[in-house]
Amino acid sequence: MNNKIKRILPQLLTILFVILIFGFFTINAQVNMDNRGIDFGFGFLKQEASFDMQFTLLDYDGQDSYGWAYVVALLNTLLVSFLGIIFCTILGVIIGIARLSSNFLIKNSAAWYVEFFRNIPLLLQIFFWYYAALRALPLPETAEPWFGVTYMTIKGYFIPAMIWENLNIFVYCLLASFISIIFIRNYAKNLQEKEGKQLPLLYISLAILLVVPGLSFLLGGVTLNFEMPVLKQLSATSYTYDGGIGLPPELIALVLALSLYTSTFVAECVRAGIQGISKGQKEAAASVGLTPNQVLKLVIMPQALRIIIPPTTNQYLNLTKNSSLAAAIAYPDLVLVFAGTAMMQTGKAIEIVGITMLTYLTISLLIAALMNWYNKKIEIKEK
Amino acid sequence: MFKVIKRLTSFVAMVAVLFAFTTETMAAKKSKTLKNTQKKGFVRCGVSQGLPGFSNADASGNWTGIDVDVCRAVAAAVLGDANKVKFTPLSAKERFTALTSGEIDILSRNTTWTLSRDADIGLTFVGVNFYDGQGFMVRKSSGITSTSQFKNGISACTNIGTTTELNMRDFFNSRGISYEPVAFEKADEVVAAYDAGRCDTYTTDKSGLAAQRTKMKDPDEHIVLPETISKEPLGPVVRQGDAVWEDIVRWSLNTMIEAEEYGITSANADSMKTSDNPQIKRLVGAEGEMGAAFGLDNEWNLRIIKQVGNYGESYKRNIADTGILPDRGPNQLWTKGGILYVPPAR
Repeated sequence: MNNKIKRILPQLLTILFVILIFGFFTINAQVNMDNRGIDFGFGFLKQEASFDMQFTLLDYDGQDSYGWAYVVALLNTLLVSFLGIIFCTILGVIIGIARLSSNFLIKNSAAWYVEFFRNIPLLLQIFFWYYAALRALPLPETAEPWFGVTYMTIKGYFIPAMIWENLNIFVYCLLASFISIIFIRNYAKNLQEKEGKQLPLLYISLAILLVVPGLSFLLGGVTLNFEMPVLKQLSATSYTYDGGIGLPPELIALVLALSLYTSTFVAECVRAGIQGISKGQKEAAASVGLTPNQVLKLVIMPQALRIIIPPTTNQYLNLTKNSSLAAAIAYPDLVLVFAGTAMMQTGKAIEIVGITMLTYLTISLLIAALMNWYNKKIEIKEK
Repeated sequence: MFKVIKRLTSFVAMVAVLFAFTTETMAAKKSKTLKNTQKKGFVRCGVSQGLPGFSNADASGNWTGIDVDVCRAVAAAVLGDANKVKFTPLSAKERFTALTSGEIDILSRNTTWTLSRDADIGLTFVGVNFYDGQGFMVRKSSGITSTSQFKNGISACTNIGTTTELNMRDFFNSRGISYEPVAFEKADEVVAAYDAGRCDTYTTDKSGLAAQRTKMKDPDEHIVLPETISKEPLGPVVRQGDAVWEDIVRWSLNTMIEAEEYGITSANADSMKTSDNPQIKRLVGAEGEMGAAFGLDNEWNLRIIKQVGNYGESYKRNIADTGILPDRGPNQLWTKGGILYVPPAR
């Protein structure tokens, strides 16, 4: 009996303490807000936002509500995080493998790259790309085309826009080809396990991916046209590009800085993962007759991935949270638009900061959950 | 790096709302803010991060400007010394939180008086020290001389968290012009972006445009377009709930304006004590009990005029002589064709 009390009492006291602290802060905030005539509530989310955003993925207009502005700004944050994660992974894997190269030049340039970008604060890098590198770009009227049809200017990167007809048919064909590739892969796996035959999977997959959507153009009535950016004169000396898609320099600077910075950490994770597999594994695999490619694909990588995934997840989370530095260079992300403009216009500091914090928490937990699921999938499965 | 610190402070300020202990009991005559200010020995004043003519710090950290003078006037009134002011530079985004959380006691930062700000967020505007309106700046070489020449696709740089952002939208929308808004947190960043050619036009209050123009690489390259697209009455703000403090700030500003009306300057204020005009005598503390209601002595207004000067002196020193807006425009006394008209101090 005494033991039971001893076990439970401290826990009860802790819970009580936590409740008291929360209660104290809530009541204190309530009292002070009452005193100052500040209302607490989320009704403002339905009010008209009445400000515009520079860059949006979905249709947004100042007549839309603060709630919609939140969604649109959140998508901008997700876009930067998504692009950043893709680029930092590609770069990180290349650099990580390069650091293990036996070529002196490759090995050392990779090491320099990592040390350089890892050790300069991210905010400074963002400033560098935005204020130094991208501000030095030519004005629209003097820009030379890149790849013939795109223009990199101080006002952004202007690329042709795709104009689809019957886009849905194309998407269905694309989906169908993905599904058939999965089926064929399973079939090939069975075939190999039962009869030991190997199919040239890569070529088959590529062929399906090219032929099926390609057919949709010939038979399905799908057409694709490009709308080119055209130089437009705004006044005697200022120009812009009309038509096409304009990627704002703020987005480019942010994605550049985030992916270059985070790729160094990913590279180190990759290097650690590969070095974590003992040499004996490689030698044993080679001795049973696997080609170097097969050694990497079938023996080293499956084991290395288990070491690489968990720390890389951390880097993805960092990148997502770091994307809030967007506010420093006027990219309309969640922090700039929602925790900035919307907060100023409504004065709902506590509500908006609360929502913003919860949002980042949710994004981070989702990414972590996704990566944990992937990690589970590639874990050693004891048979 | 400063950015991060700025952002941190604004978040800390918000958290501080939660922590602030205030038992706003209203002592009969003295306000809590007044009592705290007198105990601390300085007035806590929120200003801009550098807007010539309004609030701007020189190399040695001395603040000048007509917004600064409002805080100095309050310091002269309640502490007897116009220099006893602690200035806190704030971004547009941080300013209201800093005031409601109690980090500062007066916000004198070219802030537009609007209904929602006055009514919603725990603030009270005490008056107007500058009548302004939003305008556009363009490069002279662009050949644009009027906003009617704006074309679809124009990019406009401005500050976030300001009425400017909203007016800009109303303006472009009502004219059916599609535009690219590029909104920065600091005025310096906006100017740099515009100067580099990132934007075709820079929009903010006209006084701000005039002031920022003086900071540019080559001021003569830029012009402010004649159109004014909004009303921007700028004035000092205090926290809601301390009526006495509110009155002190309001009447400190009014005293400066009324002193100009009656020709009382920092130079002649002392000699005005023997004036024949009772209204002048009231303004220099020689007649009536004009300070008692605030819990102040009778010469609080005399000190304002002597140490800071009247509104006209402040305008001349900060805005006219610095070449920002030599013409007073609407910011002239009502007796001289402007709209400065304050209730009588009696």
